[in-house]
Amino acid sequence: MSSAIRLEGITRRFGSFTAVEDVSFEAPSGSITALLGPSGSGKSTVLRIIAGLEVPDAGRVWIEGEEQTHGPVEHRRVGFVFQHYALFRHMTVRRNIAFGLKVGKVPKAQRDQRVDELLALTQLEGLADRYPDRLSGGQRQRVALARALAPRPRLLLLDEPFGALDARVRQELRTWLAELHRELGVTSLLVTHDQEEALELAQRIVVMNEGRVEQVGSPADVYSRPATPFVAGFVGAANVLSGTVISGHVQYGDALVAGADGLADGSPAVAYVRPHDLVLSPVQRSGASVPAQVESVTPLGAVARVRLRLDAMKTLTAELPPSQLDGIAPGSRVYIDLSRASVFAPGDGVSDELSPA
Amino acid sequence: MAQADTGYRAAQLRRPDLGPPLRRLTVLAYVGAMIVLPVAALVHEGFAAGLTSLRNALAYPGAIAALELTFTSAAIVAAVGAVFGTLVAWVLVRYRLPGRAVLATLIDLPFAIPTLVTGVMLVTLYGPSSPLGAWLDRLGIQVVFTPIGIGMALCFVTLPFVVRTVMPVLQDLDPAEEEAARVLGASPARIFLQVVLPHLRPAVTAGALLAFARSIGEFGAVVVVAGNIAGHTLTAPVYIFQLTGQFRFAEAAAVSALLFLVSLCVILTTNHAVARWGNRR
Amino acid sequence: MNAAPPAGRLSAAPFPGPSVRATVVRGLLIAAALAYVGVLLLAPMGGIVFSVVHAGWDVVVSTLSAPDVVHAFLLTAIITGLVVAATTVMGVVTALTLARDSFPGLRLVDALIDLPFALSPVVVGLMAVLLFGSTGWFGPTLAAHGIHVLFALPSMVLVTAFIAVPFTIREVVPVLEASGTEEEEAARTLGASAWQVFRHITVPKLRWALAYGIALSAARSIGEVGAVLIVSGAIQGRTETATLFVYRAMENRQPGAAYVVSLCLAAVSVLLLTGIEALRRRHDRIREVA
Repeated sequence: MSSAIRLEGITRRFGSFTAVEDVSFEAPSGSITALLGPSGSGKSTVLRIIAGLEVPDAGRVWIEGEEQTHGPVEHRRVGFVFQHYALFRHMTVRRNIAFGLKVGKVPKAQRDQRVDELLALTQLEGLADRYPDRLSGGQRQRVALARALAPRPRLLLLDEPFGALDARVRQELRTWLAELHRELGVTSLLVTHDQEEALELAQRIVVMNEGRVEQVGSPADVYSRPATPFVAGFVGAANVLSGTVISGHVQYGDALVAGADGLADGSPAVAYVRPHDLVLSPVQRSGASVPAQVESVTPLGAVARVRLRLDAMKTLTAELPPSQLDGIAPGSRVYIDLSRASVFAPGDGVSDELSPA
Repeated sequence: MAQADTGYRAAQLRRPDLGPPLRRLTVLAYVGAMIVLPVAALVHEGFAAGLTSLRNALAYPGAIAALELTFTSAAIVAAVGAVFGTLVAWVLVRYRLPGRAVLATLIDLPFAIPTLVTGVMLVTLYGPSSPLGAWLDRLGIQVVFTPIGIGMALCFVTLPFVVRTVMPVLQDLDPAEEEAARVLGASPARIFLQVVLPHLRPAVTAGALLAFARSIGEFGAVVVVAGNIAGHTLTAPVYIFQLTGQFRFAEAAAVSALLFLVSLCVILTTNHAVARWGNRR
Repeated sequence: MNAAPPAGRLSAAPFPGPSVRATVVRGLLIAAALAYVGVLLLAPMGGIVFSVVHAGWDVVVSTLSAPDVVHAFLLTAIITGLVVAATTVMGVVTALTLARDSFPGLRLVDALIDLPFALSPVVVGLMAVLLFGSTGWFGPTLAAHGIHVLFALPSMVLVTAFIAVPFTIREVVPVLEASGTEEEEAARTLGASAWQVFRHITVPKLRWALAYGIALSAARSIGEVGAVLIVSGAIQGRTETATLFVYRAMENRQPGAAYVVSLCLAAVSVLLLTGIEALRRRHDRIREVA
């Protein structure tokens, strides 16, 4: 796979605030890459640097093999979809979509044809002569996408494209965008703070926090093999257990959890384990098990959420298919197998709470 | 919440509030006596004899020329103000200049400086006794006692109008719209003309119309600069002043009503433009 | 969703890029704007300062100590004081009605408030003559009772007030509309009387709008010439205001005195307006910090 975008050591400061620090990654051609992180993590700034709307203080940007670090925005041929649409309010849908073509001096006949194509592609045929203020949020976002795609950009950059929409429309548009991408295959970079969105749409995820890259990998990597405590906590929900290292294992109570190989004996360590990675059984099956008491069982349809109390201080959350609920009821004693936990030395981003889903 | 509500209503019942009706009457009396009555007197005096007064007034030598001068100079001043006012607003909002606050304050000064003083200032600068005036005179350029002086005085007085209406709109523009155009490959000139200017147009129009209305009626700034030569630099307000001085009230009132009507239309159009802009957003 | 503020607001130019052309265009725009303001505003202001300095200290002293000049300033001060007091009180009452009341015809009243903006000061003077002149609507009746409006203080105050009517109202109404009535209602439920609510809740909210309205009306009253010229008769030492003195001095080719008085008038008005503006800025800053 060739790289459509390559960033090397990108740094951007605003006054004394460092928005982006030493960010490097590549985005493969023809795929969707997600920049995932909480708000303020610098992901939008990275996107704006790729578009040329910001200039990095250090580092270099390549687009399809050409260095573009200081290339003028209007020559980069990228499509940009803004979070709040940024449609031209005084132009109709048709004129919005045609704008990039007109600027590129595409002859009128071809222009009209291309606009019609995009209207069809984005299912906006009936709305061509409306003004943006007469459209719903989802429609506006589709116009923004059509406008960005019209001049056939080399890259499509999407800045929180669904952030301003309500949950149902967001899900619809997400599915539709995935289909559209399969059809067009344009290299896309998606900025989002919604891990579900990233996991569903992207073939590659760049997790960012406080201006730095935490991990770059496939959705499966990022989800199942988090490289840092931040990723473990931010991507998907996780239970957090603090313990001590003994010969490459983390000790929590009587349980020994493997995975602390690089850490010195006696040093503190933290284990992250996802709710659906907790295995419950009535008897102790491995050395990585801890005893617990079931506090509550909440059925949520396809899974049931089980609150488990380890001791006075600590509870864990497990998610099980209903078929595995035999013998699990409030008050029953179980053993929790922690062997699928990820272990880290405590550092930034480690909290003692269940991180939000 | 509900309790507070009933408590409030009970308080109202106990003490019926005479404030609003009384206030309403006061306001109606104030506006009626201060504004409606004088305007009624003006219209009545000017048109009690039909269009005769107006016809008489326009028959004096220089009368038509005065109206022409007033309307053309107001139109030119409004156009110049639209262009340069937008420019100044743009520079004030978009560029971080040292001394920006000083420039912003300067823009407001014409609101403070007495208009007559504006005229006196122009005479001190361009008058025959000033070095600059003498130098320009040798080049064959005369400012004082010519329409150029009138135009400069009016531009001075109306400078804040366009700047002050355009600045807030520029400040509130969503930069993403310009960025979107930029990413699509548009040049800065095209972005300004096709993306920014359409948003500014109502504000620029409103500011220019206000400047036009103000220019039509301006007296103080013009009277000392113009020289008031009939047929050359006599403006309509100065003409009205002269008619009044000659006790030709009916004629003065007729010309006044004409000016007033034009200004009124302009101001109503302005309010309409602003309202339309409000709806569009 | 990013902590970074939008580029257009933060950096000097809305868009980055090393384009030489963009820098040149920017420089040209700034130069043009400064040149326009410089030629139009600063040069004439410099001109009058230069002229007064050129005329010399003696002219300044003799002008400002002349009895008719002193009287003219005094008269301007009296008229300004009366007009500002009247238009501020009535302006607040009118603004409250416009912002809080609703009755048929309210929009008409709202539109009528702006009429003085559409009228030439000369026309305002003429209207006063039509009402109070010897052949006017009320003139003969008032004269029969020994009340003289024209060529006397009352008409000068009236025409100036007419011109100053919109200023306070147009500053206050937006503030009233933006602030809503919740605080006032809360105060009423706590047992405050209408007057107490007005005094302790409404007036403090309006403080800066009022200050600005007062400054604008005062500046306009100090500078008014066209209307006052017509109704006052400009009788030297009696109904001659400071601007009328300037007008007469210019007509009579006494430029030195005209320049001195003009500069004083300009200085007072400018100080008034910039002073209020500076106070408001400092106030805003204090509130931001708090």
